[in-house]
Amino acid sequence: MIEQLFYAVLEYAFLTRAFAVGILVALCAALLGVNLVLKNYALIGDGLSHVGFGAMAIASAANLAPLSVAVPVVIAAAFVLLRLRDSDGVHGDSAIALISTASLALGCVVSSRAGANTDLSGYLFGSILSLSRTDLWLSVVLCGIVLVLFIVFYNKLFTVTFDEAFARATGTNTGLYNTLLAVLTAITVVLGMRLMGTLLISGLIIFPSLSAMRVCRNFRSVVCASAIVSVVCVLLGLSASYLFDLPAGASVVMVNIAVFALACLTAFGKKRLGFAKKT
Amino acid sequence: MALLCCENLSLRYENTQVLENLNFSVARGDYLCIVGENGSGKSTLIKALLGLKAPASGQIVYGDGLHRNEIGYLPQQTGIQREFPASVQEIVLSGCLNRPGLPFYTRADRRRAAEAMEKMALTGLERKAYRMLSGGQQQRVLLARALCATRALLLLDEPVTGLDPLAQEQMYSIVESLNREEGVTIIMVSHDVRCAARHASHILHLRGNGAFFATAQAYRESEIGRRFLGGHAHD
Repeated sequence: MIEQLFYAVLEYAFLTRAFAVGILVALCAALLGVNLVLKNYALIGDGLSHVGFGAMAIASAANLAPLSVAVPVVIAAAFVLLRLRDSDGVHGDSAIALISTASLALGCVVSSRAGANTDLSGYLFGSILSLSRTDLWLSVVLCGIVLVLFIVFYNKLFTVTFDEAFARATGTNTGLYNTLLAVLTAITVVLGMRLMGTLLISGLIIFPSLSAMRVCRNFRSVVCASAIVSVVCVLLGLSASYLFDLPAGASVVMVNIAVFALACLTAFGKKRLGFAKKT
Repeated sequence: MALLCCENLSLRYENTQVLENLNFSVARGDYLCIVGENGSGKSTLIKALLGLKAPASGQIVYGDGLHRNEIGYLPQQTGIQREFPASVQEIVLSGCLNRPGLPFYTRADRRRAAEAMEKMALTGLERKAYRMLSGGQQQRVLLARALCATRALLLLDEPVTGLDPLAQEQMYSIVESLNREEGVTIIMVSHDVRCAARHASHILHLRGNGAFFATAQAYRESEIGRRFLGGHAHD
């Protein structure tokens, strides 16, 4: 079966593209996810994917390339959502929910008016067939940019995530790094949306880092473990999607849930063992 | 020349005036304690001193070669931090990032971090997870990080809150030795007036109707000092 899958990935261009984009997006999402989860920004990723859905629906109704419309729109939304999130706790959250549902509704209305040729459920839940050659190259370039910026500013992002007050007091421009984080997230979310689906892309951001945090104790190992978990889960999820004809995004998230459960068990077991040693 | 000088400083929090016409100065080597009840404007004053909040009127003057980003800050711990997956070394090193240049750590940064950890009696804990440490150890980690950022002025926001009595005592003596032996200028915010009067060289007592600024000695002898210290102040 594995052999069969391996040849299929090489043979069918759509599968090659899905796996390539899947791995790249999984990597970016996992790295950014650690910072986003620790900063309580997980909701922003979810909000951005909904805005992306609206943008893509409008773009395809107007016969424009979906990604080239969605990327700038979602980056703009990232700026807005970040301001809202930082402005005031509760109001920020409701404002994000407001923008998410509004974009989702707009997207649904536009794509239903545009006719039967738009695949609504493909946008919402992801599809392994959805990626074009241009999508692939755009994903490679943008994911490359995300990865390079993440690595260059890794220490700064750590400082801003661990303790924003300290970072700001000692002269770090925290607004700049928060914006960087949001923009990189926006790019990742849009690139991953087609494959994973609007409603499931934030799973790719949240699950790997939560699983890693259960088991690892320092920041660097959390980041590395999160990246590995994420890529492995995407590979397994996409394979299952192809072999058993399951929706791509949902399969990836299911694998992530299993890994998360495993991580929780491991952490629990470690704790029990630790206690046993102490007493 | 003072390191830091507040002249007729007034601060607002949202739309309420919290501090009015505040005047005080901190010289190199001072140990200033800012005391006052909750809501007296301590946190707002800290934000202003760190340059995170603009004064409504008046000004804060930094002197004696001090730049605004040379203030080492020990914030109150947030819930996020207590559960944060990071090692002691990662956190202490992050204090070195306020210098210009590429955002990577140099060998000098690592040396600086190692020295700070040694000073805070954290040697051997470098690879330990921050969230597994005791409250006192966590505070020492954050203090070591602040020392990486600066050696000139430390601003400590309620550093002993939530610590057990032994750890509190240890924290006070660490701060005191930094001040006495290393010549680090200290500004500490506290709501424990007695401890403040015992350890500090100067006291700034914030109250709704104005502030009282004096040396610790003069504070102990003043009317307000005697009232808050309850007549049996420690020596």
